[in-house]
Amino acid sequence: MAYSDKVIDHYNNPRNVGSMDKSDPNVGTGMVGAPECGDVMKLQVKVNPATGIIEDAKFKTFGCGSAIASSSLATEWLRGKTVDEALAIKNTDIVNELSLPPVKIHCSVLAEDAIKAAIGDYKKKAASQTESVAVGVSSK
Amino acid sequence: MTEVIVSEVIVSEKRPMKLPIYMDYHATTPMDPRVFAAMKPYFLETFGNAASRNHSFGWEAEEAVEKSRKQIAGLIGATAKEIVFTSGATESNNLALKGVAEMYAEKGNHIITAATEHKAILDTCKRLEKHGVRVTYLPVQQNGLVDLDQLQAAITDKTILISLMYANNEIGVLQPIAEIGKLAKARGVLLHTDATQAVGKVPVNVITDNIDLMSLSGHKMYGPKGVGALYVRRKSPRVQITAQMDGGGHERGMRSGTLNVPGIVGLGEACALCLAEMPAESKRMAFLRDKLRDKLQSELDETYINGTMSHRLPNNLNISFAYVEGESLLMGINDIAVSSGSACTSATLEPSYVLKALGAGDDLAHSSIRFGLGRFNTEAEVDYVAAKVIDVVRKLRELSPLYEMAKEGIDLSKVQWAAH
Repeated sequence: MAYSDKVIDHYNNPRNVGSMDKSDPNVGTGMVGAPECGDVMKLQVKVNPATGIIEDAKFKTFGCGSAIASSSLATEWLRGKTVDEALAIKNTDIVNELSLPPVKIHCSVLAEDAIKAAIGDYKKKAASQTESVAVGVSSK
Repeated sequence: MTEVIVSEVIVSEKRPMKLPIYMDYHATTPMDPRVFAAMKPYFLETFGNAASRNHSFGWEAEEAVEKSRKQIAGLIGATAKEIVFTSGATESNNLALKGVAEMYAEKGNHIITAATEHKAILDTCKRLEKHGVRVTYLPVQQNGLVDLDQLQAAITDKTILISLMYANNEIGVLQPIAEIGKLAKARGVLLHTDATQAVGKVPVNVITDNIDLMSLSGHKMYGPKGVGALYVRRKSPRVQITAQMDGGGHERGMRSGTLNVPGIVGLGEACALCLAEMPAESKRMAFLRDKLRDKLQSELDETYINGTMSHRLPNNLNISFAYVEGESLLMGINDIAVSSGSACTSATLEPSYVLKALGAGDDLAHSSIRFGLGRFNTEAEVDYVAAKVIDVVRKLRELSPLYEMAKEGIDLSKVQWAAH
């Protein structure tokens, strides 16, 4: 199968590879996929709680070149976006940007799922933090 | 003499290494230049129909075909009359299974085969099942070998045929065909073996192995594509098969169709070369293969060899690099031609059914690479391939969340994965 130039570029020079501290309250972590299915994506966002802007995004992916490219591209797009803007990213945007063939569409779906999972995790953390702050206030 | 030199030049270690490197010899082999040289006159000059009985063109073609029959028979311990020419191993497998099922229908309707067979066997069996044949698909052990006790137990008084491959095309594992042959003979059941990957690579002898029918192919042993043969035993027992194609009654009525004379000449020459060079060649293959394995395994942790190393083709290495997906690895080593059992590299988007049959888990199937070494690979190429694979596996593991988790001591089998 021939890969598009953009997939090859992301594969050869993956952007934002790495991991952030999962326990950081401002970091949301999404892990989607399964080893038996041949792809697992871990995507992390670091959100500035004051502005709601994603200041950093990191990924690690076990999967084919298109899965690596989809998650690499996702981290590029996430940086600088607000949480709500990030949730608006659709898998079809990734398909178009990377010119993914039909058999690789599931890679883009996985990337969208990873974004949603990471942001969901951040939101859950943020909510429980406000809760504990509120609890702290009321117990005073 | 000059032809021999042509080939020696090609395998010379002094030849400058050329990219891409071909290391997928189980898929197909390039023709040996000596085979090509032997075939050449049969396209333009000696072009006769081997079935033409009335002129020299036909006689010369027939003579060439009979020479090839002897060369093939010589490699496998058969007699020339037991060789039936076909278009390749897929046709040979179809002819053997369907031909036996039809011919021996009154004797029984049960065939025994195994889960790791080539699709040309498995899909033929599926079709036969639609026509009332009962098929037992034996599982294999984790080393890739069938369990002889299980085979023994599967035989019933309705069993007419056991079909088990000599060497597996993915993991190179050699089934104990001689023992299976003995067992089949004792029970009065015919034995067919798909020996496509084995013939020319390891000694195969239809007499000592008690083989009744055997499929082989030209393009897996440095011969041309589009030609193969089916060995059909003529004595003790005399095996009969029903032709699957109607026509002029060629090949003693077993396979109609004008013979592919140049292809047949090439197949014969390829067999003669394999017979002459097998002792040296198999030693060289095993040396190169073991060097590749040793380099990969000494530089990389968590690599797993698929299938036993002790009963295996000398030119096969099938290895899984844990936490790295096969297609992404192939993408990184794109100047090396190899195969992967990963779902992403298959037309069906399913991981290799052969590796799944070993029970190693789908994740290792996704991470597997098949290296098939051959006559024209050099030690310099093996060194290059090993270095490149090591480099790319390391890079991809840096990218792999699974490798990170494993290094943190997380048991990946206990993780609740979000299925998709």
